Amino acid sequence: MRRPLRLRTVLLHGAAVLLAAALAHPAPAAETAEPVAQSWSFSGPFGGLDLAAAQRGFQIYKEICSNCHSMNQLYYRNLSGIGLSEDQIKAIAASFTVPKGVDDQGQPVEGPALPSSHFHAPFPNPEAARAANNGALPPDLSVIVKAREGGPDYIYGILTGYADPPPDMKMGDGMMYNKQYPGNQIAMPQPLQDGSVTYTDGTPNTLSQEAHDVVTFLTFAANPEMIERKRMGVRIVLFLVMMTGVTYVVKRKIWADLH
Amino acid sequence: MVGLHKSEFANPVVNWIDQRLPLFSMMKNEYSSFPTPKNFNYFWNFGALAMINLMIMVATGVFLAMHYTPNTAMAFDSVERIMRDVNYGWLLRYVHMNGASMFFIVVYIHIFRGLYYGSYKNPRELLWMLGVVILLLMMATAFMGYVLPWGQMSYWGATVITNLFSAFPVVGESIVTWLWGGFSVDNATLNRFFSLHYLLPFVIIAVVFLHVIALHITGSNNPLGIEPKGPQDTIPFHPYYTIKDSVGMCVYLTVFAILVFFAPNFLGHPDNYIPANPLATPADVVPEWYFLPYYAILRSVPNKLIGVLMLFGSIGVMFILPWLDTSPVRSARFRPIYRQLIWVFVIDCLVLGYVGAKPPQGSILLIGRVATAYYFLHYLVILPLLGKLERPLPLPESISQPVTRGGGPLPAGAAATPMEKV
Ligand code: HEC
Ligand code: HEM
Repeated sequence: MRRPLRLRTVLLHGAAVLLAAALAHPAPAAETAEPVAQSWSFSGPFGGLDLAAAQRGFQIYKEICSNCHSMNQLYYRNLSGIGLSEDQIKAIAASFTVPKGVDDQGQPVEGPALPSSHFHAPFPNPEAARAANNGALPPDLSVIVKAREGGPDYIYGILTGYADPPPDMKMGDGMMYNKQYPGNQIAMPQPLQDGSVTYTDGTPNTLSQEAHDVVTFLTFAANPEMIERKRMGVRIVLFLVMMTGVTYVVKRKIWADLH
Repeated sequence: MVGLHKSEFANPVVNWIDQRLPLFSMMKNEYSSFPTPKNFNYFWNFGALAMINLMIMVATGVFLAMHYTPNTAMAFDSVERIMRDVNYGWLLRYVHMNGASMFFIVVYIHIFRGLYYGSYKNPRELLWMLGVVILLLMMATAFMGYVLPWGQMSYWGATVITNLFSAFPVVGESIVTWLWGGFSVDNATLNRFFSLHYLLPFVIIAVVFLHVIALHITGSNNPLGIEPKGPQDTIPFHPYYTIKDSVGMCVYLTVFAILVFFAPNFLGHPDNYIPANPLATPADVVPEWYFLPYYAILRSVPNKLIGVLMLFGSIGVMFILPWLDTSPVRSARFRPIYRQLIWVFVIDCLVLGYVGAKPPQGSILLIGRVATAYYFLHYLVILPLLGKLERPLPLPESISQPVTRGGGPLPAGAAATPMEKV
């Protein structure tokens, strides 16, 4: 009787020490800020998409970011997801010239893009993109929101995180100081500041508004299915919760005769 | 008539078929009227849930494979194309992706049930070992599936894990080259992983079949860990457990749906949305959450070969568990010390999972080492000794009469818990 009990005490103590050690989270080699949670139209299971913000965000992408960043997974037709009409989409597409295969002489042809065309990319290949950007490669932005820890909050943090470097910091050639970026040195020049774009709907064009809008657009671009997914999810989860209740009641009924 | 099965179904068509191919009799005997202990708790849902999960994986996987392209230049884009342009492709992909996580959650709970109630003991050793084989096959399948979208974690995970085999002396390097089909993880690797990822689930189905045959020979264990003594201890599987499993299934589907519809990428790693790049190593290569404990064991020793051997050993000890646990008593309910140590073991596995997600440095490395040592201590030292040292509580006489008086000089409070209220 005695011995096993002592064994247990010893082992339980061991486990407690182990657990305590695991919970005492050692300080990480932190120098980069944690993304600060912003308020988004699309957060939570009932979140939707602020279409006006997404449209303003597309304007910013088109006027600024698309000078360096591609969005290869998107087609112009996808813009219907942020509420643009067919005519608007046709007009936007037509303003870009894209390769259109070859003619009957085998010569490459170019022409205006269609709604079914991929978004026009700023550079023909990664080498050209690097050459134009001081050796740094601007990543494709199609799924960037899903490809970074912290998602929309992190991207917002990057766009609003530019500042003067601390005096003791040695900056690399052509590098900018950014509070959010890991290591604090980013090769992207500050893309947005107050007044970078002119909004047609009277929204103030402050830096934080612009960053908010472009991130809303990028979130749509990474999750075009999001609205449908959540709407479907609410119905399905409600249905399943109801089914759980019904099934449980039936189970009680069936089992009642056993006792 | 010689050779026809004796079937007694009212429906003439069913009867005609059953006489020649007694599928209906088999279903009836093995599922409908199968005598089952009457005292299962909800832990006994998880086998059925694993079966459902496997079917969901195959169903979604087959449709994904119709649109997926196993080529390094196209795989990433083809998965995005599924998400964007295939009708309900996002649903297929998110169900398949989160289905893998749900599968491991379900199977880990199923295994815990076995550990807690001693379901691996005589006469269910082979049943248990077939389960361990299924776990191994699932791990291989999930690992290769994760490579298919060809993101950064796909590529670097595949590189790190296949490279483990290089630890074996002499033949190691050749094994790795053979696995890769080249001199690095590349198109040949992706193609064979896709082929095997399609094949292995069907091997799993075959082993699940054996698992179920073995189960129907020995019958199910139950929370008391004693065999049914007669008809008063059992009830037919249908309708009692079909309805009880249905309750579990609804809860399981609810959790699954919440993940798929509201947090589809919660359990994934963001780096896998960056296309694979052989020239850029991610800051830290981490596997999917369900592999983290094994990863922690692997990284707890500096010597690669020993690490790899311990990795295999961590599953190997599960294989010989029926002979490591020397206690004749199955259910932890009647094993006062084991009943607590099993929770210590669970905590140890969670700690290993936590450590597996962190870079192996400083105190994390130390905790990982202690937790790894405890993992093996539990199987190799504690379980063999405990069976000899521990004094079990008196076992109930039967499932229907669980409360036994007397039976040993024990304090009153230590009596066996009465039968589960179901
Ligand atoms: C002048 C070219 C240029 C413009 C304009 C530009 N970027 Fe960038 N961007 C870059 C480069 C170069 C990088 C790579 C930075 C690095 O690797 O340090 C980058 C990186 C990024 C990243 C990735 C940061 C990370 O965590 O890796 C994001 C997000 C981003 N840009 C968003 C934007 C958005 C949104 C806009 C438009 C408002 C924009 N960029 C405009 C050149 C540009
Ligand atoms: C045991 C069952 C299975 C498990 C555990 C499993 C696991 C996985 C995992 C973890 C992924 C990566 C998901 C991601 O991150 O995108 C994946 C992808 C994939 N699986 Fe499976 N799978 C199973 C069965 C199947 C079957 C039976 C098929 C086909 C017949 C299949 C076809 C695919 C395809 C085409 C992909 C690539 C698309 C994608 O990445 O979403 N899977 N699987």
